[in-house]
Amino acid sequence: MNATTLVLLGPLIAVGAAVVVLMIAVSIRRSHHVTAGIALAGLLVAFLLLFRTTSVGPRGVGPLLLVDEYAIGFTGLILAATAAVALLAVGYLDRLEDQRDEYYMLLLLAALGSIVLVSAAHFASFFLGLELLSVSLYGLIAYPRTRAEAVEAGLKYLILAAASAAFLLFGMALVYARLGTMEFARMSMTAADRDLIALGGVGLIVVGFGFKLALVPFHLWTPDVYQGAPAPTTAFVSTVSKGAMLALLLRYLPGDVVRAHRALLVVFTLLAIASMAGGNLLALQQRNVKRLLAYSSIAHLGYLIVAFLAGGDMAAAAVAFYLAAYFVTMLGAFGVVAVLSTPAREAGDIDDYRGLAARRPWLAMVLTAALLSLAGIPLTAGFVGKFYVTVAAGSAALWALLIVMMVTSGIGLFYYLRVVVAMYMEPAAGGIGGVPAGRAPLAGGLALAALTVLLVWLGIYPGPLVAFIRAAVAGVA
Amino acid sequence: MILVWLILVPFLAGVLAWVSGRGSRAWPRWIALAGISLDLAMAIGIWAGAWRTGGPEAGRWLVEFDRPWIDSLGIRFHLGLDGLSLLLILLTGFLGIMSVACSWSEIQDRVDSFHFQLMWVLAAIVGVFLALDLFLFYFLWEMMLVPMYFLIGIWGHERRIYAAVKFFIFTQISGLLMLIAIVALYFVHGGASGVYTFDYGALLGAPLTASTGWWLMLGFFTAFAVKLPAVPVHTWLPDAHTEAPTAGSVVLASLLLKTGAYGLLRFVLPLFPEAAAAFAPAAIALGVAGVLYGAVLAFGQTDLKRMVAYTSVSHMGFVLMGAFAGTPLALQGAILQILCHGLSTGALFILVGALQERAHTRDLRRLGGLWPALPRMGGMAMFFALAAMGLPGLGNFVAEFLVLLGTWDVSPAATAVAAIGLIISTVYALWLVQAAFQGPERVATRMSDLGLREMTVVGALVLALVWLGVYPQPVIDTAAAAVATVAATMPGRAAR
Repeated sequence: MNATTLVLLGPLIAVGAAVVVLMIAVSIRRSHHVTAGIALAGLLVAFLLLFRTTSVGPRGVGPLLLVDEYAIGFTGLILAATAAVALLAVGYLDRLEDQRDEYYMLLLLAALGSIVLVSAAHFASFFLGLELLSVSLYGLIAYPRTRAEAVEAGLKYLILAAASAAFLLFGMALVYARLGTMEFARMSMTAADRDLIALGGVGLIVVGFGFKLALVPFHLWTPDVYQGAPAPTTAFVSTVSKGAMLALLLRYLPGDVVRAHRALLVVFTLLAIASMAGGNLLALQQRNVKRLLAYSSIAHLGYLIVAFLAGGDMAAAAVAFYLAAYFVTMLGAFGVVAVLSTPAREAGDIDDYRGLAARRPWLAMVLTAALLSLAGIPLTAGFVGKFYVTVAAGSAALWALLIVMMVTSGIGLFYYLRVVVAMYMEPAAGGIGGVPAGRAPLAGGLALAALTVLLVWLGIYPGPLVAFIRAAVAGVA
Repeated sequence: MILVWLILVPFLAGVLAWVSGRGSRAWPRWIALAGISLDLAMAIGIWAGAWRTGGPEAGRWLVEFDRPWIDSLGIRFHLGLDGLSLLLILLTGFLGIMSVACSWSEIQDRVDSFHFQLMWVLAAIVGVFLALDLFLFYFLWEMMLVPMYFLIGIWGHERRIYAAVKFFIFTQISGLLMLIAIVALYFVHGGASGVYTFDYGALLGAPLTASTGWWLMLGFFTAFAVKLPAVPVHTWLPDAHTEAPTAGSVVLASLLLKTGAYGLLRFVLPLFPEAAAAFAPAAIALGVAGVLYGAVLAFGQTDLKRMVAYTSVSHMGFVLMGAFAGTPLALQGAILQILCHGLSTGALFILVGALQERAHTRDLRRLGGLWPALPRMGGMAMFFALAAMGLPGLGNFVAEFLVLLGTWDVSPAATAVAAIGLIISTVYALWLVQAAFQGPERVATRMSDLGLREMTVVGALVLALVWLGVYPQPVIDTAAAAVATVAATMPGRAAR
């Protein structure tokens, strides 16, 4: 272990150290806001260390990790998103009676797992990161442990995530058995192509990805977990945990490789179509905003798979940009839900949102911006993202998939608009019991304001981010 | 830079109106009025300036603004203005003022937000008329939707939410098809030339095979046909027009529909001349169908606003016909029809709105005999009904006549059938006046006639229509260069 390695691992070490500091701080004296401050400081230090990491250049850390522009970019995204989740959690946890501090430790651990995932270069680090992420998520999802739905959601996630991990492990074992290596760089799909067992292994790994990304038909856990989990956790599950997996997939199984193999192409095309259609159609039926956003996120992952399938640098850049836009948007949407929710009662039902524009005009505006961004309306990040995905898919002439995407996202408009209608055009209904009136908590309000500014900024002037992403993904995918 | 201001001024006025709404209800109205008036003044300034320098020329933009935006994808912030855009922006400014003025007493709820949405939609419409980068065009095209959706959904009438959602979904899906076509065009052009760009000027020369051109043309055409609207994708229109507040109906009918017509003239014909020429018979048939179908259905309505809405379908049929006939005469007619329909239909919606404010109904079965109580309104309604049916001396007559004349060369049969529409329009126009203003009196409440503000609004529209009917030459001259450019691209049409 030399100085360079230390620099490369800097962000990981910072996040890990922050967890240790948190544990010590909590054992001395419990103070929610101090804990939150330490967690945020840890994330900030890790983020700043990223700039140092860039200067060292793309380097492997042993066979396990590869730290390059691509990994650094996604690490930055994960850290920023985690910080936003932490800020949103402050106000939410303030209303929880006890044991607020452990939330931040779990959150940082989950972020750590995600960072390992995006830098993974080896089956071992891949699985390590995945389990670190999953196990922390069990705790994060079931965190308000007196509320039955949260515990139920946690349990559901545990069982399904464990099952999917089993698929993944078995797939890895098969691939290793036939190809004799666990390093991604030394595996070749061409070798796997002639080998039914290895191909089966890749298939099982794809199933594992399908679970984590919540692609139809592996999406069954999503609505329940989204609904039951505390809103900040939901924000984390829908963004960081999916984004990290997709980043890994994009790097080691790029779209042009997929398209060269008929079986894989068929599988991914079907996954994309099923997710776009399933997500959007099932969302139509929902009366719970968290479930609705869950199905919406399924559909969005479908769009991402369309871009992913295009292959090449253009597609990688489109996926990365779309992910960034999706992160900002989903964090904004669930951020509003988090501000409205309390640990005792999640603000999920659409009745909770009726007449919100009159009672809480700013929150209604943020949620509207986020929903319009999900729908891909101009002036929002989602619009540019959708455009980019269209361009990427067009570059590979995936016209049929594009038409499916356009038609299903047109259907999708309907349910986004329904929430907007409820907020602006309908009088407040009864049953808003759990929704406290008054001001948003300071930290959450700050996070929401920043996210909204970012959402509009990316929608108007995405040039710098696009340029950065293109440089980061060049030659990676 | 003035082109950017044309877009920014209404938008900023909207933001200002919104912010000022905390204090009073009057501020947003005055700020919005000032903003859109300034816009109109700037457009008139450009117009006057253009004539001093010899008028618009074919193949040259009067004013242009071009800056890099998202360089890595070949997207530029490129605006350009020629005679066609100029006329439409003048129309937007003029009717923008009218729509603010006609909401003065109607809108009492959330005045600040209303004017914000109104100014926002006007800014986006101006932008659509100026955009010369296909990404920018699509961006502004979609941007029109959201404020319009809110205008209908919040301040509309009984079935407003249904109408708003239907409007949004129709236009959004058709817009997405256009997006696919835009992206495909980008790659076809980029693949052939190595230069990946969304710039209109560059894409004009994209080498297209017959079948690619055909599909891409259809993608664009679908989006514009929905907006126009052409039969059979017009079904969102009667609902949206009927349920929108007066200003919303005015903006929808007089301006938003025109973006569809503009799209046909600016994009479909020049970008895909061969495909458009091949598609012309079908498009002309759709136009004729629209003329007749809209007119017949207008006659069958009992809701006044719905009736006016169907007359829009009928009138925009002429625009579709004229655009695809593609001869200079027909194109001039189509452009004049765009302007005159904007003025006359806008006026009719304003009158219906004023009537509803007083009688609290738009149902023709419950109206009648209003003339004695409302002589000024009756007279005005009579005037605009006559304009709508194409009375000589008013702009609509000139426009429809030119369209028919220009289409004759291309398809005598279509011209003959469309002319029947003129007869049906006489029937519905007279029926409108008769059912609402003549006959036995059925409304018990006492009503006040049009006031000074309303008379000013309607009077200005009367003057504009008479001007276009008696001396349309300045408008024709302004559009001539743009018309020549479009007609030159269509195979075998320029000479006629």
